[in-house]
Amino acid sequence: MPVPTGSQTQSQTQSQPHGVLQGYDPGGFFCELLRPGQPTHPALSLLLSRLSALPIESLRRRAADAERDLLERGITFTVYSDATAIDRILPFDLIPRVLTPPEWQQIETGVIQRVRALNMFLYDIYHERKILKDGIIPSELVLGNAGYCQAMVGFDVPFNTYVHVCGTDIVRDETGKFMVLEDNARTPSGVAYVVENRHMTLRVFSDLMTGLKVRGVDEYGLRLHNAMAEIAPPGVSDPQVVVLSPGIFNSAYFEHVFLAREMGIPLVEGRDLTVESGKVWMRTTAGLAPVHTIYRRIGDDFLDPDAFNPDSMLGVRGLIEAWRRGTVAIANAVGTGVADDKAVYAYMPRIIKYYLSEEPILPNVDTRICAEPDALQYTLDHLAELVVKPVAESGGYGLIIGPHASRAELEDFRARLIANPSNYISQETLKLSVSPTLCEDGVKPRHIDLRPFAVTGKDTWVLPGGLTRVALRAGTLVVNSSQGGGSKDTWVLA
Amino acid sequence: MSETLHTAHLIARHAESALWLARYMERVENTARLLDVTNTFARDADDARNWLSVPRINGDLELFNKTHAQASQATVGNFYLLDSDNPTSVQTAIVAARENARTLRAIISTEMWLQINVFHGRIRALTPANIAPDHFTAVCSMLKESTQAHTGITEGTLYRDQAWHFTMMGRYLERADQTTRLLDTRFHALAPQFEASDEEIDAGQWNALLRAAAGYHAYRREHPSGYAPQEVARFLLVNTAFPRSVGLNLAQLEWHLTQLRTRYGLRGATAALERLDQLDGMLTHQHVAELVAGRLSPFLDYVQRQIAGLHADIIDGFCGG
Repeated sequence: MPVPTGSQTQSQTQSQPHGVLQGYDPGGFFCELLRPGQPTHPALSLLLSRLSALPIESLRRRAADAERDLLERGITFTVYSDATAIDRILPFDLIPRVLTPPEWQQIETGVIQRVRALNMFLYDIYHERKILKDGIIPSELVLGNAGYCQAMVGFDVPFNTYVHVCGTDIVRDETGKFMVLEDNARTPSGVAYVVENRHMTLRVFSDLMTGLKVRGVDEYGLRLHNAMAEIAPPGVSDPQVVVLSPGIFNSAYFEHVFLAREMGIPLVEGRDLTVESGKVWMRTTAGLAPVHTIYRRIGDDFLDPDAFNPDSMLGVRGLIEAWRRGTVAIANAVGTGVADDKAVYAYMPRIIKYYLSEEPILPNVDTRICAEPDALQYTLDHLAELVVKPVAESGGYGLIIGPHASRAELEDFRARLIANPSNYISQETLKLSVSPTLCEDGVKPRHIDLRPFAVTGKDTWVLPGGLTRVALRAGTLVVNSSQGGGSKDTWVLA
Repeated sequence: MSETLHTAHLIARHAESALWLARYMERVENTARLLDVTNTFARDADDARNWLSVPRINGDLELFNKTHAQASQATVGNFYLLDSDNPTSVQTAIVAARENARTLRAIISTEMWLQINVFHGRIRALTPANIAPDHFTAVCSMLKESTQAHTGITEGTLYRDQAWHFTMMGRYLERADQTTRLLDTRFHALAPQFEASDEEIDAGQWNALLRAAAGYHAYRREHPSGYAPQEVARFLLVNTAFPRSVGLNLAQLEWHLTQLRTRYGLRGATAALERLDQLDGMLTHQHVAELVAGRLSPFLDYVQRQIAGLHADIIDGFCGG
């Protein structure tokens, strides 16, 4: 049987024997609540004792309340819902994920550092390309990348900020070490759930939070609006910001609504905007009104049929030309996809060192670039233990997970890897940290990750918290919503 | 109190959505009223003819006859309560209302959205068992009460900027339109009788007509002595105290249009205000009394066309851009 540190053991055994944590055993994984080997924190101990004293029936009742609430808001899909439930929220698990002040300090500074490096990298590759000339990262990897945008070459953006909203996917290994798994520098989603999950906790589980100092998450809209106003064209005193959405049938529409509400600005679609006299306007009840900053939640390809995909019905004709004239700001900038590419990710530690002369505060998951001979040799020697990913592919196509592969599959893959090593990177198979999660058979350890959101105008601000996704199926490491993933409220202790 | 000058823009498409959201919700209530009152008060006379009056009111006779051999509680109930292929059923209305509410989700209150979403779920879950004779009134009550809850939540939570004005205009347009339809069909049905003599008019029919419009008790209070066709017509068309009278709804519409002009400086109200002015000139006690002598039905058609015209004027004026 489990159980962590002395004092926690006592509180658990002294209180209700049928508490929700009875029989909870994280095994060899790092548990975000019990935290073996980590310094304890009074708030965590209190939370642990409250959960230990809570009957499982109470947790289930609250979970049912939360589920009904989500259903009524039309922001969930459950076994009860019909096929027309188009707002999809990650199922919500009530047991929060907690981050202590020192942990948050590392995440916050690490994310800020990473966003700075991403923006400096983007500026460089669309201007002098020093990093390519210095041979830090292969030119063809950047210039031949699908996310590299020719239209951005030589174009300046305010404060040299390209990635105004960044979602950094962070995981912890079995020792509790934080590592970045992925950068999301295009239009990362999930921030609405950060705030909605907090509201849900307060609605159905506020007694769990009583007396604990947890940092608020309500500032996001204000901070984002300020950043959007900062990047607006100069000379506009009260800039008009809009959220540009693909429309009500988009799976992230719920979040677009959230963003517009939180910023107090119109939620528009491409058909609500028009470009005239080199400027962007929105169609209002008073006629055309000027638009100064567009927080767009549609991909580069669909922004402007004149500049990119000519078949796009979602965008605004002439938008990119207006942007290049400096009459409107677009966030995130076009052409950021190259920076969150899988292959470029492998170079991030070097990119950080190159521009900032600093060690990464948040390390990458140990990644080997098979184009390099030593890395290739290591990968070939440890193929059965590693995850090997093709750099050009996305969505897991052509990837091999060594421990799950058959002997024949490994040999087949080995041949492909030797034939074209520069097409691959390899990573250790991760033992993701776990968090106690309500399942059908009680509270069980389930793997989680974390996506904090960083907002950058002139400076970078990180929302204290982030989206904690949880893999609801036993054993699975995949936290995607389409793969049975859920989400948790994320508490950053003050 | 000083006037607040509102500067936040309203996207033209959202104004149109607000108008439609209110219209569809109001339509659900009116449909439920009509079905309920038909079910309750029109049983004694020719049952089929009474049920047929419902599709007639809504201009659905052709579609109804195509899919149903005869009018009865079961067929008309199915057509209006369950049939998603009928563009005037409550199923169609609530789906359209919810879609408009989704479009407006960043603007309407969370409570409004929540209620519409839950209401949508209840309507979509209706089955033939729910509209069987022993449940029919209960379903109609549920529909009425839920739309009234919507109306109340809107009154109590929707911020009163431009979007509220468009919402209210949608409600008043739909109410005015529904009242003319109600009056038209009933007059049509009753015509041979009241041409003969007022005394021969079936009191139950007048009763049903006024009850469908939720005006029965108010009418009794104004006219304790009995029913006179021109009085009923005036009550539904010109009365300025009865919440569902055409005249009152148009007066409220005018107020909202004027607000959009004066408080928001919008110039799109001109055509609608001109049309309202014309319509007001026709909706006098005197004129309605004259019309009841036999020309009311063409006049009601005219009013319906003018109401459709008002809707179009509003869209052209504010959302045409």
